Amino acid sequence: MRTLDHFHGGIHPAEHKLESSELPSRIAPLPSLLILPLHQHIGAGAKVQVQAGDHVLKGQLLASAQGMVSAAIHAPTSGTVTAVQPHTVPHPSQLPGLCVHIEPDGKDQWIDHAPLEYRAIPKSELLAKLREAGIVGLGGATFPTHVKYSLATDQRIQTLVINGAECEPWITTDDRLMRERAAEIVRGIEVLRHLAEPAETLIGIEDNKPQAIAAMRAACAGSDIEIVTIPTLYPSGGEKQLIKILTGKEVPSGGRPTGIGVACSNVATAYAIHRFVDHGEPLISRQMTVTGNVRTPQNIEVLIGTPLEELVRLAEPLPGATGYILGGPMMGVHIDDLRLPVVKGSNCIIVKSAKLFPPAEPAMPCIRCARCAAACPADLQPQELHWFSKARDFGKTQEYSLFDCIECGACAYVCPSHIPLVQYFRFAKSEIWQRERETQAAEIARERHEFRMERIEREKREKAERLALKEKAATAAKPAAPIAAPVMINPDADPDDTLQMRIDAAMTRAKEQAATAQPRNTENLTPQQQAKVAEIEARRAKFSELASNAGADDESSKKS
Amino acid sequence: MMWSSPFVTQATSVSQIMLRVLLALIPGIAMYVWFFGPAVLVSITLASITALATEAAMLKLRNRPLKPFLTDNSALITAWLLALSLPALAPWWLVVVGTAFAIAVSKHLYGGLGNNPFNPAMIGYAVLIISFPAHMTHWLTPHGLGGIELSFAQQLDYIFGGILPSGLTLDALTMATPLDTLKTQLHLGLSVGDIREMPIYGRLAGHGSEMVAIAYAIGGIYLLYTRVINWLIPTTYLVTLFVIAGIFHLADPVHYAAPLFHWFAGAAMLGAFFIFTDPVGGSTTFRGRIIYAAGAALITFLIRTFGSFPDGVAFAALLMNICVPLIDIWTQPKVFGKKGGGK
Repeated sequence: MRTLDHFHGGIHPAEHKLESSELPSRIAPLPSLLILPLHQHIGAGAKVQVQAGDHVLKGQLLASAQGMVSAAIHAPTSGTVTAVQPHTVPHPSQLPGLCVHIEPDGKDQWIDHAPLEYRAIPKSELLAKLREAGIVGLGGATFPTHVKYSLATDQRIQTLVINGAECEPWITTDDRLMRERAAEIVRGIEVLRHLAEPAETLIGIEDNKPQAIAAMRAACAGSDIEIVTIPTLYPSGGEKQLIKILTGKEVPSGGRPTGIGVACSNVATAYAIHRFVDHGEPLISRQMTVTGNVRTPQNIEVLIGTPLEELVRLAEPLPGATGYILGGPMMGVHIDDLRLPVVKGSNCIIVKSAKLFPPAEPAMPCIRCARCAAACPADLQPQELHWFSKARDFGKTQEYSLFDCIECGACAYVCPSHIPLVQYFRFAKSEIWQRERETQAAEIARERHEFRMERIEREKREKAERLALKEKAATAAKPAAPIAAPVMINPDADPDDTLQMRIDAAMTRAKEQAATAQPRNTENLTPQQQAKVAEIEARRAKFSELASNAGADDESSKKS
Repeated sequence: MMWSSPFVTQATSVSQIMLRVLLALIPGIAMYVWFFGPAVLVSITLASITALATEAAMLKLRNRPLKPFLTDNSALITAWLLALSLPALAPWWLVVVGTAFAIAVSKHLYGGLGNNPFNPAMIGYAVLIISFPAHMTHWLTPHGLGGIELSFAQQLDYIFGGILPSGLTLDALTMATPLDTLKTQLHLGLSVGDIREMPIYGRLAGHGSEMVAIAYAIGGIYLLYTRVINWLIPTTYLVTLFVIAGIFHLADPVHYAAPLFHWFAGAAMLGAFFIFTDPVGGSTTFRGRIIYAAGAALITFLIRTFGSFPDGVAFAALLMNICVPLIDIWTQPKVFGKKGGGK
């Protein structure tokens, strides 16, 4: 038996998994419309390759990956592109993003596709193909898989962790997938093993999924993939937390698992990879749990781009919906508009009702009970972070490691004062990002200003040079003329030297002019005003010193 | 409305937590009534009414909603803890002044629930013992020692009218506390052993009061069991008090009482489970809680043994409350991913 490590804190929210986990999953019928956001993954959005009016086949490229961290988007079925225009996308901001709209033709006609002999091609080619197939992590973060497995030549993966923990309440997609398609998942894992060449492969599954564990055990029989049953404790499915449980290693703050020799992917990602290598299918569908206030909570295989409305209808919603949660109740997003499409990162839609999700009780002041700190899987002190966020003391929030917060919601879950702690932390994070952007903008403005000043200086210099050249030409024409004598200190001097002197003289004149011109408006000031001016000057000097120091810091951090 | 995750919470609310603390005090109060008569119930009632009235007035002045704060039960805890810290025969105005000061000044002037750096009940106690020291010494003689015991009506007469039955003086009804007696008798040259032979002492500490302390501990165990309080503070406090008292007792048993005496005398048990565990003014980190509770134990022992006040729990709480911000800064735990020596 493997000895398991554990992470700090964690909670046991009511699971609500049995509602949806016992029905076999079904395949959703073709939707009436598909809406495919170009930005469904972490990194740069995909570049659209079709236009309104185009007829596309199932699996045809709609938008290609641009940049390293990006992933392609494909047509989930055959049909006509009706528009490429903004539409609300599933994102906490609920802002519109550019989407390809497709009207299915009902034929579901595939583009030419074929299985991939992935062992016969170089790894770099396989990675490029995963990128083209639009494969991203389906555990929720949607980090492009090809980036995760693009390892530096000196990077060795000790452990490949496959995440089947599925710790969020209500969600059962991975559970169902493991029960029903264990062998296929293992096929996908083999591809990841081929890429990462790990010394060991571990599949972590929470002990509340005995049937999934049994199915995966059976599928892995005879291989050296190990199924590790872990205690049910939210958020053990968090990447860093699962790695800690299985390997005892902590992913350093701000680092990636590969840095400590671990790669981690979700079971659903492995399944998507299997579909690609064994069937040649890009990522165009996924499993989703539809649960909550519906008659038949269940798991449904659905085309990406399907409006949530059509998906939810399949589970027969009951009256009394008070909104929807896209994702789980701990980390999901509240939405009101079901016209939003399913995206690659969607794993669950919960129909809320006042009974299942009663409105939050009004927040009371923090009593410093530190139950949040006891529950925090990142060993943070949420009560302090809350205090500093509330006071807008963002420097202090960073000192207290705000950015190590994974927003799992465990703190807010246990808070007896019902303080929406995660909301405070998101606010603080976004404020800090905003300020960083502003600082960057100021930095750019400063650079621009300096460049402009330099240009003006250069133009002056060039003008002086031109002037001098002209004069030189004139002198050359009349070599003996004494008119030029005043500046010709040494008549034997080389004309070029004279030229240089003239340039210098012109420069000094210009400088003197500038020097005398500038302070003009600060003359005849009262002593108080002068003091103020001096103070401002001092502050300016300090800022520029700070700026140059900051620049130096940036340099050194880049090097390290 | 919840627009941001998480969308589920655990049911325990502040008001439920506080209610459990009140429930946990009931065994101690019952023992108190058994040994010292029902006067303490009058103090508790008076303190509760004063606390709620002051809370309401302050909330009104501060333009805060009344309902959530009047029902959070926190003012009642302050009231009960203060009432239990006062002599049962305390005149009505003593209870009212102490409670009103605790709620108005040490709670609301600092920002109300969650913002008071000091334990309000202990501030109330400190104010009273400094301002009215004489009234704070009228501890009733416990039941079972053959002393004169007042009926409830007679107790009420004294509390509200200052009237004692004819022919009785306060001295005949009250006595010094076991901790006080120990201190004065030691000064008179008696040994701890001789003093403990006196009838006011029981098996562990004071007759009667030791049973109240045991009942507080039972309430405390209920709080631990229901996870209302964290085990670290009571454990550290009691262990440290035991160790310090034990060292002195072993070195000089004639002049220093046994550690168990310190546990069950005075307010040590009340402090361990109900006062130092007040989260608002306490430390929040693991190491911080150890420092906080150990410091409180040290101060308790020092004041009891070498100081002039009868007990040290209240001042231990207040002095350690002052240190909490610094302790918390010093004892911040390493966060996930930053444990490998800052790699």
